[in-house]
Amino acid sequence: MERRSLAATIFVHLAALLLLAVILAPVLWLFVMSISSTPDLIAKPLHWWPDTVDLSRYGVLLSSVANSAGQAFVASLFNSIKVAGMATIAALIVAIPSAWAVSRTPSVGWSLYAVIATYMLPPVALAVPLYMALSWLGLLNNVFGLALVYLTILAPFTTWLLKSGFDSIPREIESAATMDGARLDQILRIITLPLAAPVMATAALFAFLLAWDEFFYALLFTSDQRAKTLTVAIADLAGGRVSDYGLIATAGVLAALPPLLIGLFMQRALISGLTSGGVKG
Amino acid sequence: MLKSVQTALLGATLLGAALFSPAHAETKINALFMAQAAYSEADVRAMTEAFTKANPDISVNLEFVPYEGLHDKTVLAQGSGGGYDVVLFDVIWPAEYATNKVLTDVTDKITPEMKSGVLPGAWTTVEYDGKRYGMPWILDTKYLFYNKEILEKAGIKAPPTTWAELAEQAKTIKDKGILATPIAWSWSQAEAAICDYTTLVSAYGGSFLKDGKPAFQTGGGLDALKYMVDSYTSGVTNPNSKEFLEEDVRRLFQNGDVAFALNWTYMYNMANDPKDSKVAGKVGVVPAPGVEGKSKVSAVNGSMGLGITSTSKHADEAWKYITFMTSQATQNQYAKLSLPIWASSYDDPAVAKGQEELIAAAKVGLAAMYPRPTTPKYQELSTALQQAIQESLLGQAKPDAALETAVQNSGL
Amino acid sequence: MTNNWITTRAWFLMLPLLIVMVAIIGWPLFDTVRLSFTDAKLVGTAGNFVGFENYVRILSGPNFQRTLITTFWFAVLSVSAEMVIGVLAALLLNQQFYGRSVLRALMILPWALPTVVNATLWRLIYNPEYGALNAALTQMGIIGAYQSWLGEPGTALASLIVADCWKNFPLVALIALAALQAVPRDITAAAMVDGAGAWSRFRFVIMPYLAGPLMVALVLRTIEAFKVFDIIWVMTRGGPANSTRTLSILVYQEAFSFQRAGSGASLALIVTLLVTILAVAYAALIRKSAGVS
Repeated sequence: MERRSLAATIFVHLAALLLLAVILAPVLWLFVMSISSTPDLIAKPLHWWPDTVDLSRYGVLLSSVANSAGQAFVASLFNSIKVAGMATIAALIVAIPSAWAVSRTPSVGWSLYAVIATYMLPPVALAVPLYMALSWLGLLNNVFGLALVYLTILAPFTTWLLKSGFDSIPREIESAATMDGARLDQILRIITLPLAAPVMATAALFAFLLAWDEFFYALLFTSDQRAKTLTVAIADLAGGRVSDYGLIATAGVLAALPPLLIGLFMQRALISGLTSGGVKG
Repeated sequence: MLKSVQTALLGATLLGAALFSPAHAETKINALFMAQAAYSEADVRAMTEAFTKANPDISVNLEFVPYEGLHDKTVLAQGSGGGYDVVLFDVIWPAEYATNKVLTDVTDKITPEMKSGVLPGAWTTVEYDGKRYGMPWILDTKYLFYNKEILEKAGIKAPPTTWAELAEQAKTIKDKGILATPIAWSWSQAEAAICDYTTLVSAYGGSFLKDGKPAFQTGGGLDALKYMVDSYTSGVTNPNSKEFLEEDVRRLFQNGDVAFALNWTYMYNMANDPKDSKVAGKVGVVPAPGVEGKSKVSAVNGSMGLGITSTSKHADEAWKYITFMTSQATQNQYAKLSLPIWASSYDDPAVAKGQEELIAAAKVGLAAMYPRPTTPKYQELSTALQQAIQESLLGQAKPDAALETAVQNSGL
Repeated sequence: MTNNWITTRAWFLMLPLLIVMVAIIGWPLFDTVRLSFTDAKLVGTAGNFVGFENYVRILSGPNFQRTLITTFWFAVLSVSAEMVIGVLAALLLNQQFYGRSVLRALMILPWALPTVVNATLWRLIYNPEYGALNAALTQMGIIGAYQSWLGEPGTALASLIVADCWKNFPLVALIALAALQAVPRDITAAAMVDGAGAWSRFRFVIMPYLAGPLMVALVLRTIEAFKVFDIIWVMTRGGPANSTRTLSILVYQEAFSFQRAGSGASLALIVTLLVTILAVAYAALIRKSAGVS
């Protein structure tokens, strides 16, 4: 590291502090709102820290009393987990073989580009026929139906990520095993997939986060507790139906918790996924 | 050997039947409500609980969305076989819902007692083309709420009876330095703005449509928008009204930040609840004012009804639920946030208790309710009008030009 | 093994993906094209063939043009702000300072926050009566009185862009940081010895390493910004006076609120075409810049 003047050092630290404030302030404020009482939240001048810490809203939203607001929220939480989980698994099942195939057989690579190109499609371009098809199949307002639709987003993305992961595993290992008479499924199971485990985990995390974040399809294709996901539940709360800002904030904190934890603890995996995808395209 | 298998099978069948038969007898119906104004979510849940207790063979799943989502959710759920059985619908949708066969015609299910007992104004909520598509449930209009303490402080003896007087009184409060912006409205780009506008249209004697063609761009329709713009630009209206929905208006009024507010019935008892409100005991309510020489009072028909969707497989249970929710007993019991549809309830001392002022205002206001236009293309018309209102308020267009544009965009 | 056999095997392995893609993307897209030439309603009537009527009506109507411009500004402004702030943040994070690893770790927070939560959070912050932004700015003496952020056409789009940018610039920063870490230290040192100033070091030594990854981030973010729906839906629903209504919101309105599936489909296809043109232009740009460097 080259030497730095004192002024430059101070400047760097100040800038870092500013960046820290920009990153943290809104997230912290969301949390503070969730534990503030309503009078604190509508006080002028605003109370930046509540006079009394009020955790009751977490109890309200996480209650399991039949036919309560909490039960509805918890149901949407589970729907989100189900839909994101199923969509992620399904995406990996279709993505792993094709990503490997493209990685090892460049001559079929163009088909992958066709698949990736679908990323450009705005969801609105597919929404009407998907709506009609789900309706015809009886899969509207259904977690399976929604998970199936989420494949439109997850499958291309995970294939792309996995392909660059397989690219970094030397083919020589596989060809050596072939010489020894191993079958393809053996090679994949014993050699390639274990080596690709980290990138598969990354792809799974990304897929899960993408599905967790999805709103548009969930808004259109779900109508009640049986399939409604968290994002729609929160939009409903924020859309003028709840006047308690603290409750909206609490719902936000609860919905953000899983991805934030994944983000913080799986940081290295996520960033390596981002950059390998980013660098190699 | 064979015999023992048979016995086992029989036993299993019996056991299975014993285990599952209660579940089979229980009918599940799904109901869509809003939680934004009128009955609170807690009220609806409590009413429903009373219903399921009385009808243990029926269970009801409740779904709450904001008003803004109510129409789209209902329409979108049409495609799903197991969608909603009971839906809440606004007075403006029966035309569209009937045309697109979203709701079941229930004309034949309505009993003579219902016919005679329910206020005639309430029936208009569910009618289209001579048929009835549900039962009225929320009988509501926008009232003028005022803060008695602030009016007293400003030396104002009585609340306004005309819109011009409202502007004057607000100006007095502003000039005396009591509040910078004394009036709050819900003028966000949403249906709420149309309700405020309709109230004014009725005051100015305007009309939306004549022979199916738009007529709001002239006469009373134009005067109504001009009043809104004047109130906004003269500084007596809270400028943030342009992004408010009803709940924002309520929060402001409860916080004592405005002297006047136009809002639905539900605000009366909420603002009078000392637990959440700083203005409890100081809440005044009168019918929305009139215009000299044109009207004494004004009111918008903001009623809503409960209907059975045409895709429901449990129409009978759904109707049972609807009759319970709209029954006089249920409505009288929960008359704090929404007033009953039944004529005789208004003379029931138990209903009026503690809200005599509201009942007095309701008797006048409900009789004056003015409808928003009945057309299958209501959503488009409303969207176009919302844009016109906002553009005029923001000074992007003159009211007459904005309404002309709305005529072109209305799809009529 | 012959090449033929390997290719066949590859296709076979790709079969599940291809079937899924055809079923849930290919067919719906095809059906959208068909619908766009009909006057179909969302529920009920299948509709009649009406030729290009939907396209003509949309392209000549006043809404489309205005919405396109709004979308354009949203995409251009938010993406360029994200790029600039992201690269600056990455340059900072590549410096030596106390707590650097913690700050690097925290950068992921805004990106991990679900979009709908982010939108809700910022809506609360922008609240004209009780919001934190008004409170903070007044208490610091920057503005004299509380003001409306999402209710004024002049500030509504900008406020949305700030919210979008806050969530997405860390992604750009993390991508750029990874690229910066790949710059060999002796190259920058050598440039310094040669007396290159800070700017020319950035422009000629560091930038070539950044260009590739940033270009990819730029393409992805632009496409996403062009498709934007959720943040706007939650924060303004297109208001005030339709000043924040983007193309996706317009399609939703047409196809789902007004139930005109036919013209909604044609509008959606116009949007798709625009995004495609954009992506192809970018791809050409990337190829060109790759050829140069």
